[in-house]
Amino acid sequence: MQTEFTPLLSLSGGILIGVSAVLLMWLNGRIAGMTGIVSGVIPPLSRDWKWRAAFIAGSVAAPVVWLGFGQSIEYAVPVTTMELLVGGLIVGIGVTFGGGCTSGHGVCGMARLSPRSIVATCVFMLTTFATVFVIRHLL
Amino acid sequence: MNMKNLSALISGLIFGLGIAISGMANPAKVLNFFDIAGTWDPSLALVMGGALLTALIGYRIVFAKAAAPVFEQGYSLPTAKNIDLPLVGGSALFGIGWGIAGFCPGGAVPALGFGGTETLIFIAAMIGGLLIGRKLKQAAPVLIKTVGRETSAS
Repeated sequence: MQTEFTPLLSLSGGILIGVSAVLLMWLNGRIAGMTGIVSGVIPPLSRDWKWRAAFIAGSVAAPVVWLGFGQSIEYAVPVTTMELLVGGLIVGIGVTFGGGCTSGHGVCGMARLSPRSIVATCVFMLTTFATVFVIRHLL
Repeated sequence: MNMKNLSALISGLIFGLGIAISGMANPAKVLNFFDIAGTWDPSLALVMGGALLTALIGYRIVFAKAAAPVFEQGYSLPTAKNIDLPLVGGSALFGIGWGIAGFCPGGAVPALGFGGTETLIFIAAMIGGLLIGRKLKQAAPVLIKTVGRETSAS
């Protein structure tokens, strides 16, 4: 399935993700990483679960508001339900051991020049490329 | 709502909007970025590049100008330093799962706002994985030395 190259939208979106990370650090001193944020609202709740719930509420509400203004968002899921289940399970286990995902390691950790995050990001980018290659071209 | 939660809500709104318009919440686009040998779509390089560069510059300004965050006593930054098996193995697994499903955690949560059942299925499975991961870490205390939730990078 082809998708269109969207340099302006993707760059603008990326900058917004960066702005969000900087804002959360400046105001609350926190890393804007979805792994840690989601992990903190899954029982047993972390002591400071409320700001995490607020961040999640905001990030879910944003596309709803955007669509409400009549804007469109390209969205398609070209995988099977089984792939969603297996992939989701592996992602959950992986980010728990790895201590972060694309947002936490890939953006916030890399921006702090954290060696752990640089290694984590290189590793997961490589295995994602490899996995997609295997599924789409070898299987 | 106190200021801390309000600022998290606003940060979340900006994050969710960025994820949604950039294409990170669109598995078709995400998987195409990783499919250089096939239907390649380089857009995600601009998402990650734009986010990283903005955070890189912004963090430097924040850390240089503000001794403490506005609504907290201090910055909560990860303290773990060593490159160990849980970090590398966990990240490798994460990439495999991302390549299978096309969703990463930061992409999937805002995608809930599109209302598709696929996202719900992925998130449910991911939460299952988080809970299994916690149990596994408890069962293997040697592994958890450096990857407890309090010290995690995100």
